[in-house]
Amino acid sequence: MPDLTDMAAKNLKIAILSGKGGTGKTLLSVNLASAAIDSVYVDCDVEEPNGHLFFKPKWNIETEISVKIPQVDPHKCDGCKRCVEFCKFNALAYINGKLKIFDDVCHSCGGCQIICPQRAITEKDRAVGTLSIGDSEGVHVLSGMMKTGIALGIPVINELLSQCGSFEDERPIFIDCPPGSSCIVMESIKDADYCLLAAEPTMFGKHDLEMVWSLVELFKKRHSVVINKCVDQSDPTEEFCNENGIKILEKIPFDVELGTLNSNGRIAARESKKYRDLFSSLLEKIYREVSHEAAVDSER
Amino acid sequence: MKIAIPADDKNIDSTVCQSFGRTPYFLIYDIDTEIADFIDNSAASSQGGAGIKAAQAIVDSKVSAILTPRCGQNAAEVLTAAGILIYKTESSSIKESIAAFKEKRLDQLQEIHAGSHGHGG
Ligand code: SF4
Ligand code: SF4
Repeated sequence: MPDLTDMAAKNLKIAILSGKGGTGKTLLSVNLASAAIDSVYVDCDVEEPNGHLFFKPKWNIETEISVKIPQVDPHKCDGCKRCVEFCKFNALAYINGKLKIFDDVCHSCGGCQIICPQRAITEKDRAVGTLSIGDSEGVHVLSGMMKTGIALGIPVINELLSQCGSFEDERPIFIDCPPGSSCIVMESIKDADYCLLAAEPTMFGKHDLEMVWSLVELFKKRHSVVINKCVDQSDPTEEFCNENGIKILEKIPFDVELGTLNSNGRIAARESKKYRDLFSSLLEKIYREVSHEAAVDSER
Repeated sequence: MKIAIPADDKNIDSTVCQSFGRTPYFLIYDIDTEIADFIDNSAASSQGGAGIKAAQAIVDSKVSAILTPRCGQNAAEVLTAAGILIYKTESSSIKESIAAFKEKRLDQLQEIHAGSHGHGG
């Protein structure tokens, strides 16, 4: 087997996506990161991070993530409503002689503060979540957690992604994306070099795959599919991939042992050689895809 | 007293729009003089926070009540802060809704749905 670390591009960012939870997205992410040994695992599912349940890392850093939101000095505000008209997110309203700020709708652009002729608006911090960084047998584990009641996960994801590139040594980065294809998923794959789509061999699985596939196509990300829990039966997901020329990188057979390890919060690639080999070979295929496509790109 | 109704068209014979924030027009109707006025809803095409923007326009038009089939949380907050009462329409006809309101047959809107968090853009 070729040396994986040799093949790994510097700080290569691999995003793992799926249309919904439970398709083996986290299974793939934690096992690939473990197979790579010296790697970074980033849990972008900030509503329900669960990667740490597998890695059980020793947390070294825990910090609060906050965003700037406006606050108004009612004595200075003369009710001109310029800020209300300016805010393109409509986070402001002026009612009964008072400016009302919708913290959840605000995108922290800072524009209202600049536009206010009375300088009545200042910024304040609003805590939106926490960031934890830890270690687990060579893997740097980054996990973000949104505060309950906060509507927007994007600031937490941005902080996670900006931190994951900050390690000195050049390691591959595995981004465990939130399920679905909403704006927080787009944010998570924004800087990814490669996208791996986790899917299931069912009609529903095909439908979920269709959603995330359109997203990676839209973002023009290189990608391939891993089908999980495969059985010897006609598979709508595989058919869909073949019809659309989507590469299937791996078909992981339905496997009770793998399922049991996973549901017990164990990382299969760390438990036995069989699974270490499975995920190492998948990892190798990914690296090959990336370097191959990089070569094709440079020829263009 | 003036009331507002989300309207599908600039016409009192038209229908009540099913969306508050995304309605194309609002009918501003004066119960006493029976004068109907239509305003464009500039929030209809806005990226996010449409409910807040639409509600601000309603507040600015100085109505006492709004008749609507549904209303989002943020919009309801703006309207309530301005002391505007929110009534639930039963009929899709604008005229019938006005008549029902006059005869005090409309109930105040109870279910307020959570917004889309305004990050549509
Ligand atoms: S900071 Fe930007 S998004 Fe937030 S209220 Fe001000 S103008 Fe709107
Ligand atoms: S722009 Fe400034 S003065 Fe005008 S309404 Fe907004 S906060 Fe008040």
